This record gives sequence, structure tokens and C-alpha cells, in this order.
Amino acid sequence: MKQENNRRSFFCSPWEGLREAFKLAWRNLWRNKRRTLITVSSIFFGVLLSAYMTSMQEGSYEKMVEIVVKFYSGYIQVHHEEYWENKSINNTFEYDQALTDKIMVNKDVDFVIPRLESFGLASSEELTKGAIVFGIDPEPENQLTGILEKITKGNYLTKNDDGVIIGEGLASYLKLQLNDTLVMISQGFHGVSAAGKFPVRGIIKHVSPELNKTIVYMALPKCQEFFSAENRLTSLVVNIKDSDMMRRTLRNLKNDIQSPYSVMSWEEMQPEVVQQIEGDRASGVIMKAILYMVIAFGVLGTIMMMIAERKREFGVMVSVGMKKGKLATILLFETILIGLMGIASGILVALPLIQIQKANPIPFTGQAAQMMEEFGFEPYMFFSSTPEVFYHQAISVFVLTIIIAIYPVIAALRLKEIKALHS
Amino acid sequence: MNIIDIKNLYKTYNDSEVKVHAVNGVDLSFEKGEFAAIVGPSGSGKTTLLNMLGGLDQPTEGSILIDGTDLSQLKSSQLIDFRMRNIGFVFQAYNLIPVLTAKENVEFIMHLQNRPKAERESRTMELLKAVGLEGRENSRPNKLSGGQQQRVAVARALASKPKFVLADEPTANLDSKSTENLLDIMEELNRKENVTFIFSTHDQRVMNKAHRVITLEDGKIISDVRKN
Repeated sequence: MKQENNRRSFFCSPWEGLREAFKLAWRNLWRNKRRTLITVSSIFFGVLLSAYMTSMQEGSYEKMVEIVVKFYSGYIQVHHEEYWENKSINNTFEYDQALTDKIMVNKDVDFVIPRLESFGLASSEELTKGAIVFGIDPEPENQLTGILEKITKGNYLTKNDDGVIIGEGLASYLKLQLNDTLVMISQGFHGVSAAGKFPVRGIIKHVSPELNKTIVYMALPKCQEFFSAENRLTSLVVNIKDSDMMRRTLRNLKNDIQSPYSVMSWEEMQPEVVQQIEGDRASGVIMKAILYMVIAFGVLGTIMMMIAERKREFGVMVSVGMKKGKLATILLFETILIGLMGIASGILVALPLIQIQKANPIPFTGQAAQMMEEFGFEPYMFFSSTPEVFYHQAISVFVLTIIIAIYPVIAALRLKEIKALHS
Repeated sequence: MNIIDIKNLYKTYNDSEVKVHAVNGVDLSFEKGEFAAIVGPSGSGKTTLLNMLGGLDQPTEGSILIDGTDLSQLKSSQLIDFRMRNIGFVFQAYNLIPVLTAKENVEFIMHLQNRPKAERESRTMELLKAVGLEGRENSRPNKLSGGQQQRVAVARALASKPKFVLADEPTANLDSKSTENLLDIMEELNRKENVTFIFSTHDQRVMNKAHRVITLEDGKIISDVRKN
């Protein structure tokens, strides 16, 4: 008998057995076309809806991050190691070309922007207001933040400009027009008094309502002169070629750049944004979990019905010699096939739909649009088409399908031939 | 030479407060190539005996030896394997696999046995021809009449060249013409393949055709008649 078995195994591979199981599973699915199609449809709509929801969520996060990165921090910044804890002009560092070179050695880094940031009192003839002063290198700064496009009146700064650009809100509060003089008072490096008069070269509508009321841009040399911080910077903003490479770049820079500097990602500098995104993402996960649960119970119901209807048939198969494991494999294939058909069709429809929506974001109108603009957001519902939007849904539903498949597998393994034959 | 030896077989159900002895001390043996019918009224224990003979049910007491193998000593998975290699089944309600064609249904057990394709195909065609279904090999069960389905079931039962075939009321759902036809085919295959056929039946036509008639009543054998 053993010899005979060996001879047979030589002719028929386990692969052929699996192919037969697959063939049976596939045919079984189409015994009740309507039921299979309805079950596949429920998965299809679940995947489509959840991909669409995720795309919307991730699209809005991408936009939020873009705003944070573009208009505030950049992806990565290098500071003096004490600066972030105590944002004082005294915790600046002296600009060193060697430091820039060290950063630029990293192949993922695109360019580096120097900044000097501090606070001061901005005054016009009779009014005074607290202001944030940004000393910038105009050309590379524009490359990162697109600041030029936001100027509503006047001109942008030149490299050695002695004028300033101020936010619309600040200009309005101080009743300043183009070419008027802005008086700035502050404390410079190591307690030196800082005071200066600056002609208004331009007025900017900043995306952040808060910054719009407080921002003052100066050319870097003028800003350093004003704060008596010659050749000193608060930060080197590191822009990277591909945002997906941020973590790798951050890791490399943290290894390369040591004390007295510190390297921080935008996530470390803006933890509130990260928390907001994570909080929102968690609520999305709950929504999707509920959706998936509804689908899962629907599919499980179908599978249970399918098994109850075919119990006698399973009894016959096992009676004539089919191993229960093989029967379980067929039922596993059937469940997985239902899941895969739903996932594949859902993703196939979601892909072009989300691409279209990404190219044509949904505009907000009325008060919603106004409110978004006030908070510095473009009044659109943005969509993301990152691979995660699709494969996360595919993996989630596939895992659910595998969990659901446990039921028929157990049912097959526990099958009692006599009971099944008499069912 | 006996291929089946049943010794002191009991099957007792304790489902209710009263014990039911479905099979009550049966001693029986079958030789190779027999064409036997187990008959008796409803509840006499025919199906229970057949189920135990097929390794589908466990006896409460006693033993069933098939070619020297004691079925009660086999584990569940070994029993499945044993059935696949040694026993053919024909059920009352045909019980073909609905998604497979006639040919695929016959091939099914040979697939389970991992037999090579060429062998599977030639054996299938040989059997389908023997049961008069040549030309209908690609029909699914729902396209075949009851008689034709039962003939496919007989071909399936014989496909793996079993030691014996158990047929539980195989003609119960058939008209007289189909019954006659099926019995002729089974008798012919019994003769040609020298395979033992054991039926459980109420059907007088089956009893008439059988070479041996064993009568059960209340789980006991009350007569065992061999015809010449």
C-alpha cells in the first residue's frame, strides 16, 4: 500500500490537489449567483466607501501638513540645542558654512534656508502691537513657502533689502500703507536694545489668521543687524526632495549633527498638529471598524447559511473519502474568493474615482468656505491617493475575510458524517 | 474467503430514557463478489448496520473486520482514508456533487486518491460506458434524470475499485424502469468487477435480484437466505 501511495504521489502533486479545491470552490460560489453577488457587493461598497473616506481624511491631513511645512516650519529644522525650550535670541547659533555642507551631503536634502526669528513691538504713528519677526533669505524662502504669491500689495524683499513685508492684519491694525514706516522695538542679542525704522515694501495675506495679525518679514542681514545678532540664526530649515524620505533624512541628520545643535522634525515642532491628525484618524478608524463589522456579520451570515444548506453534501464528500482538511480548504477558498472579489472590485472602482476627486477637489461654499479661509485653509475637500488609502482597506477586509473563514474551517473539521448525511 | 466479518455487533442509542438497541448482537460475514440485500421493516436497523459497516458510525459493542482490519481500531482520519480506498457508497438521494459534471463526479474519488490523469480518465469513461451514460459525461447532475444520477453514483462508487459497495436504498427514489435498469447494471458490474454489493432495501425488485437476502428485525438477523 505504501509503495502504491508513493507511486501515486509521483504523478499528482499537492498543487494539483489545491487546483482541484480551487475549482470546486469557484464553482460552488456560482451555484447561487445572486447570493454571491450580493455578498461580494456588500464588500465592494464597504471597500469603496472606506477608501473614499480614508482618501478624504488623508487628503485633509496632507493639506494640513503641507500648510504647516510650507508656511511655518519646513520638514526639518536645525537649532541651537537650547532654542526650542527657550526661544530667545540668546539661544541662536552662529552661521557656519560647514554645518550647511554637512546637511547638504545628505542626498535626500534639497536645500537649506537660514532664518532668524524673534519677537518685538511694532509701532506706527500712534499704535503698537506685538509682532513676530522673521529674518529670511528672500529667494530660497520663497522657494519653500511661495511667499511671493501671498503678497497682496507692493513688492517682495530683495537679499539686502532694508524694508519689511507685514501681514494684512498688522498693517490694518497699525493703519500702515505701502512705503509707510514701521517702527520696531525689541531686545537684541545678549540684552542689547534693538530699535529700528523700516519702510513697508509689501503687505502679505498670510494663510494663518494669527500670523496675519503679527508677522513682519525682514531680509536676513537687516534682521541680524536689528537684533545685533550678526551672522546668527535661530534655525536652518531643511527642505527635502521627497516628503516620504523625511524619517530617513531626520535619522541621518540626527546622527550627523551633534551638540550644540539639535535636529527636529515638523512633527516634534508641531505636536498639536500631529495630535489633531491622530485624533481625527482614530475617529476615522472607529467609523471604518463599525462599517467593517456590519460587512463582516453580513458575510458571516451568508457563509453560515451556505454551510447549513450544504451540510449533507459535505457529509457525502467526507463519507466517500474526502479528508476534512481538504473540505476545510475548499470552504476557506470560497470565503477568501468572496472577499477577494469584493476587495478587487472595490479598489478597481475606488482608484479612478479617487484620482478624479484628487484632480477635482470638492469646493466648500457659503459659511463653511469662509470659516476655512479664515483658518488659513483652502475651501476645498481634498483627496489623497497614496497607496495606503487603498491597501489599508484591502488588508483590513482580507484579514476580516480570513477571520470569517475560521467558521467554515471549524465547521468542516468538526463535521460528523452521520449527522451531516441525515441533515 | 470472507472480506467482511461482523462479530457480536451492537448499537445502542441512549438518546431518550429508554435504551434503543438499533443493532442487537449481529454476527455476519460477506465473501468477495457477493450481491446481497439487507431487508427488513423501518427501524429494523438496516441503515445503522450499513453505516457501521461503512465506518460512518461506531458500534457500541462488537467488531467489524474488513480484510482483517478492525474498523474500531482506526482513528477518524484513518477511517476516512480507509473508506476512500476500500468502500464505495451509493445513497438513496444520489448525492452527487452538484457543481461537478457526471465525469468529474466519477473522477472525484480517484482525485482524492491522487491517481494519475490518464488512469482517471480511462476508468471514468469505462464506468460511464458500463452504466450507459456515454455521451452524458459533461452533464451536471441537475441535467440528468433520477435514474441517470443514480447510475453516475454507482459509477462513482466503483471508480476507486473498492472491496465492496454499500448502497442504502438505492432504488427508493426511482421508477420501475430506472430501478430495473440500475439493478441490471449493478449485477453486471458485480459480475464483471467481482465487487461485493450490499444493499439495504424495502424494494421487492431488489430482493428478487439479490443473490443473498438477510432479514433484520429489531436489530437482529431473523433470516439469511442464499439463492442459487
